[in-house]
Amino acid sequence: MTTTAAVRYETVIGIEVHAQLLTLSKMFCACPVPSLDSPPNSHVCPVCLGMPGVLPVINKHAVELTIMTGLAVNCDIPPEAKFDRKNYHYPDLMKGYQISQYDLPLCKDGRLEIEVDGQTKRVGITRVHLEEDTAKSMHVAAPTGESYSLIDVNRSGLPLMEIVSEPDIRSAEEARAYLQKLRQVLRYIGASRANMDEGNMRCEPNVSIRPLGSEPFGQKVELKNINSFKHAYDAIKYEVARQTQVIESGGRVAQETRGWREDLGQSVSQRSKEYANDYRYFPEPDLPTLTISREWVEEIRTRMPELADAKERRFQDQYGLSAYDAAVLAETRARADFFEASVALGGNDNPARAKSAANWINGEFARLLNADNADIEDSKVTPELLSELLDLLDAGTISGKTAKDVFEQVYRAGISPKRAVQESGLIQITSADEVSFAVEKVIQEHAKPVEDYRRGKEEAIKFLVGQVMRETKGRARPDIVIQVLKEKLNGSP
Amino acid sequence: MPLSREDVQHIARLARVGLSERDMEHFSEQLSQILDYFERLQQVDTEGVPPTAHTLSLHNVMRADEEQPPLEPEAALANAPLREGDHFRVRAILEE
Repeated sequence: MTTTAAVRYETVIGIEVHAQLLTLSKMFCACPVPSLDSPPNSHVCPVCLGMPGVLPVINKHAVELTIMTGLAVNCDIPPEAKFDRKNYHYPDLMKGYQISQYDLPLCKDGRLEIEVDGQTKRVGITRVHLEEDTAKSMHVAAPTGESYSLIDVNRSGLPLMEIVSEPDIRSAEEARAYLQKLRQVLRYIGASRANMDEGNMRCEPNVSIRPLGSEPFGQKVELKNINSFKHAYDAIKYEVARQTQVIESGGRVAQETRGWREDLGQSVSQRSKEYANDYRYFPEPDLPTLTISREWVEEIRTRMPELADAKERRFQDQYGLSAYDAAVLAETRARADFFEASVALGGNDNPARAKSAANWINGEFARLLNADNADIEDSKVTPELLSELLDLLDAGTISGKTAKDVFEQVYRAGISPKRAVQESGLIQITSADEVSFAVEKVIQEHAKPVEDYRRGKEEAIKFLVGQVMRETKGRARPDIVIQVLKEKLNGSP
Repeated sequence: MPLSREDVQHIARLARVGLSERDMEHFSEQLSQILDYFERLQQVDTEGVPPTAHTLSLHNVMRADEEQPPLEPEAALANAPLREGDHFRVRAILEE
């Protein structure tokens, strides 16, 4: 099935992403934003509870974060925007309507560039709009056979941004790359924590297939309950195979919403999709419209940080880093900032320092962080401590091998590299006199390799160097060891 | 403009309102009258008048992103018809 399907069908995917914005207060009331472990109904007020007679007021910061997101994904910011009511009944929707944006969103017609298998691809962004989140419901099936739901209103009214892509995505791989890129942008500009497993970033892919070369879209199916990039990838793969099978066996793909069941490894049908006009959108009478001046947009643009793609290019130009190193460093804003701070401490016009800082951050440091599943911003290692270590290396005070041990001590305990070196007696032996003693000892104890070397077997010196390094516990500089060894071996027997 | 029986039933379903046979007649008439008012409004010549979502000429009424203390959970739950712990309790949410 899969081989013929791959030839005959094309996958078409559009994705809706919802991201909770990083504000202090809710979208239309001054309730503080709850944390993941806040007790139920502890962050609520008459507005977000949907009590009669209350009035919403727009959170300006949420509007600005949305505009900034729009700018980051190359959207147009129209001069007029408004909020609308989307009417439907559900117990998690306190007012019986959601304040959202219908025909005049804050941002439209953008694009995001993704890279899959070395190919750059442009995914269109239809719109970015602002709305309010719903309450959280929890289903209870009591042992008595009774079944009911519990509602926590804390989440109700949190600012939620919806980012809608064009149906430009053609595979599960592209969908994953799109989501990862979007998350990176949201985190870079500080718009959202954008953690799918915490639920502050959610995605709903619309998936359809059509015969390759055919213009009209197939019937699309909306996928829900996706809590990670892996779920998104798996759910899309499954859905494409399912739709292919339905069509190949002579059936028709139904218009529906399907929920991904990770435990089953498959999607299951949910409620049939309501038609858009069932929501009876109309302009929110409680909120005056927004006029977005060009001055305001430009002012927001000046506050936007440099994004990952631009940083990646600049790191190559400014510091002479490889494309790989630059990409890894620019992956998160925290890592990029750590790198630049470390380089600045060593004097900015020092390409060797930039290269060594990149090597440490992407190498040993990344290895330790990965092992602990930790982020660089939470590490005990600071740019100052890394810079101090690099200074010790540059000055020849410690060897490269010692530096790794010292770095791990800094990483575990947050102590100064200088102190770590002094306390553990790891200072590198740089004088030939100090090395001589160890060299004499090794020559006396290993008569055979000494003989071999003197008979012209140059290779034998490697073993002897290794023995001297062992004798000095790795503190000797290899070039000095070789120099002293050669002097002694070539001199009188 | 008289509304069809199906239209009224559809609207009632969206509003989660159950209608008796008598209600049906009653609301069919009322809803039709409301539509008639709008029919009359449609006759006004709006050529050259830009569309608006609001009758007030207010724009950009916004607040700073500042927190204020929320309600005490007890106050929030005070009028709940049913509760369980600090949650509102409602009938089971089932997929249609």
